[in-house]
Amino acid sequence: MPIYRAHVLVCNGTGCSSNHAGAVTAKLKTELERQHLSNEVLVVPTGCHGMCEMGPVVVVYPEGTFYCQVKEDDVPKLVEEHLLKGRPVDALMYKGKETTAVPNYKDIPFYGKQNRIALQNCGYINPENIEEYIARDGYVGLAKALGEMSPQQVIDEVKKSGLRGRGGGGFPTGTKWSFCAASPGPKKYVICNADEGDPGAFMDRSILEGDPHAVLEGMAIGAYAMGADEGYIYCRAEYPLAIVRLHQAINKAEEYGLLGQNILNSGFNFTLHIKEGAGAFVCGEETALMASIEGQRGMPRPRPPFPAVSGLWAKPSNINNVETWANVPQILSKGGDWYASLGTEKSKGTKVFALTGKVKHTGLVEVPMGIKLREIIFDIGGGILNDREFKAVQIGGPSGGCLTKDQLDTPITYESLPPLGAIMGSGGLVVMDEDNCMVDIARFFLEFTQRESCGKCTPCREGTKQMLLLLEKICSGKGEMKDIDLLEELGNMVKNMSLCGLGQTAPNPVLTTLRYFRHEYEAHIKEHRCPAGACQALLSYTIVQTACKKCGLCAKNCPVQCIPGGRTEGYTIDAEKCIKCGTCFTKCPFNAISKG
Amino acid sequence: MSLSAGEMRQKVLEIIAPWKGRRGGLIPILQALQGLMGYVAEPAVKIVSEELKIPMSEIYGVATFYAQFHLTPRGRHIIRVCRGTACHVRGSLKILEAVKEQTGCPENGTTEDLRFSLEPVACLGACGLAPVMLVDSQTFGRLTPEGVSGILAQFV
Ligand SMILES: Cc1cc2nc3c(=O)[nH]c(=O)nc-3n(C[C@H](O)[C@H](O)[C@H](O)COP(=O)(O)O)c2cc1C
Ligand code: SF4
Ligand code: SF4
Ligand code: SF4
Ligand code: FES
Ligand code: FES
Repeated sequence: MPIYRAHVLVCNGTGCSSNHAGAVTAKLKTELERQHLSNEVLVVPTGCHGMCEMGPVVVVYPEGTFYCQVKEDDVPKLVEEHLLKGRPVDALMYKGKETTAVPNYKDIPFYGKQNRIALQNCGYINPENIEEYIARDGYVGLAKALGEMSPQQVIDEVKKSGLRGRGGGGFPTGTKWSFCAASPGPKKYVICNADEGDPGAFMDRSILEGDPHAVLEGMAIGAYAMGADEGYIYCRAEYPLAIVRLHQAINKAEEYGLLGQNILNSGFNFTLHIKEGAGAFVCGEETALMASIEGQRGMPRPRPPFPAVSGLWAKPSNINNVETWANVPQILSKGGDWYASLGTEKSKGTKVFALTGKVKHTGLVEVPMGIKLREIIFDIGGGILNDREFKAVQIGGPSGGCLTKDQLDTPITYESLPPLGAIMGSGGLVVMDEDNCMVDIARFFLEFTQRESCGKCTPCREGTKQMLLLLEKICSGKGEMKDIDLLEELGNMVKNMSLCGLGQTAPNPVLTTLRYFRHEYEAHIKEHRCPAGACQALLSYTIVQTACKKCGLCAKNCPVQCIPGGRTEGYTIDAEKCIKCGTCFTKCPFNAISKG
Repeated sequence: MSLSAGEMRQKVLEIIAPWKGRRGGLIPILQALQGLMGYVAEPAVKIVSEELKIPMSEIYGVATFYAQFHLTPRGRHIIRVCRGTACHVRGSLKILEAVKEQTGCPENGTTEDLRFSLEPVACLGACGLAPVMLVDSQTFGRLTPEGVSGILAQFV
């Protein structure tokens, strides 16, 4: 194997690929060829670095120089200056607040507070090359488990780590494993939940695409601990790259004797299958997911019996989330005590969050449990886009809640969020500013859960529909004050009487916005006004005549020609015909159009 | 893709073959049928029903439950506009409206010339680039309503 003096890591994750990372990768290879450097410098396509917004991301090692927004045309310069002459290119580096170039990965604020465990290999290795995974201590945990530990010792190690399910529920993983291990029977299954349906979340996708072997290894360790010899990964069909990478990884691992029969000569057998989901959010619920693997409609069923007793094809089964599985190999190789030393008393380790919405730096971040929302949004995320005012952050997706600036200093743990009406959930963090209407957000989430309700039980099926109708009524300015009480009443009913987690949590976004942003509901109802200017039905655009310079730009751009007038007499908006598209508002060079 | 009835039957039988006498095949079979014809066509469903002895009602029960399956022909290009949370707060509704206006395609429908089908979807997993849409397998991020027409023009 040739020894390379430098490695150029090019992110080929979904975000960077959509910004032409593929072309950058190809250009790097041809330029290195041209400069006769192909034998000295290796180009490695990697998974997501988390900073997708600044993509395509290119990192040069051994220095760890971080380049962002690299274009195909930048490549010749990068190769000539940095790789040939050894002079890093300031112009392509990340610029901090002070607009000075930040040469190193580690010094970028976005990465400063992160502690990458589940994401340790994402962006560092070529996910299609098992040897790179192995070179970073991959499969050491599995070897240790099979070679030195009894199944019970493995379970004890996971219990000691304090790892809790990262799929939303936060159930202690070691305890869950011990239930399944205790179930009698020669046939058991382990399942990986890669359905990731929460709109606004993409951590599982990045792990599957960027480091698939971590998930396979975690599952093999779990299977050994619980006595299972077969496993399934249930992955959304909307993640085609993840599915390809998983297939490749399974084939390679089998070739290397790390999956399949008699793994590492231990006598332990484990085969793994991939099932593609077919686009139903409720299939992320564990009993529905198993029904879906069996080829049925994916509807939840009551528990008990729990999957640990009777799961897939009525056999004892254990299901964990992608991120949960991805943490397991390192817990085995570095020890449960090491993992438990991170985080807080009851919430151990780290959590991956998908930071999105109105923050400057969106992306994937992995932080120790107990970190404050403020640190994530303002230190890592760099604050609010365009320096607007922070208004709220939605945590936990459609099952979670909206928190306000008063809660920015709450440490994020499994225990701290429920009293506030939110949950950790799978790790979606959507930041909102003054332009986002909280009633609209509540309506948005309810529209989602209502559409995805499987319809099996009445409170969820009918209750969410009624709630949605009420919210639509309020957003269109026809709400009445009694609708607020009705929303609360219905919300509590749906929460308490639904069969599965979807219905039990669907009202959360409504109930939290009612709790923290009731004044916005009241403005819609009493004043027929949307304070954020987001609800179209309540909007009107008017030209402020004193500020108008009569340039005519608005009239020229209005798609329905409803701004009559001329350069001399000035312009006015015909409110009857206006479709409230907002074009005039954004086009006016003098901010002479008001929205309200 | 136009297949003769005989060719279709042959292909469908090939798809079914590995699942005879095995459980859990219905969803992968439907996924393969859709891959073959672009949608789940009734004649193919009939063959599956007869060969695997699964009632038509059960097959349709599964096919209609999952958003992935389509029972009518679809356009040459599938536009998926993300309506996930991250995209919503960054204005994806306006993108959806622009796409509808440009193509004349209704939501979850297909244009008459079979050029486009339009499907709003929840989260494409590229939230960092919100608002996002996928045309066939190409992701487009940081969209603006004005930018939509230029993108769609690439797909004829
Ligand atoms: C409606 C609904 C959707 C869910 N979606 C997911 C999902 O997409 N991914 C996931 O890992 N867990 C999801 N869950 C949670 C699972 O039911 C289950 O608790 C989880 O996979 C267990 O793994 P963990 O203990 O590792 O978190 C969902 C639950 C409900 C009620
Ligand atoms: S709560 Fe909703 S999604 Fe869950 S089983 Fe009932 S109807 Fe289906
Ligand atoms: S909002 Fe749109 S339709 Fe209304 S006046 Fe302005 S440009 Fe014309
Ligand atoms: S674009 Fe602004 S300044 Fe120009 S005519 Fe319209 S309102 Fe007046
Ligand atoms: S896809 Fe490249 S940084 Fe996320
Ligand atoms: S919310 Fe649009 S890509 Fe995730």
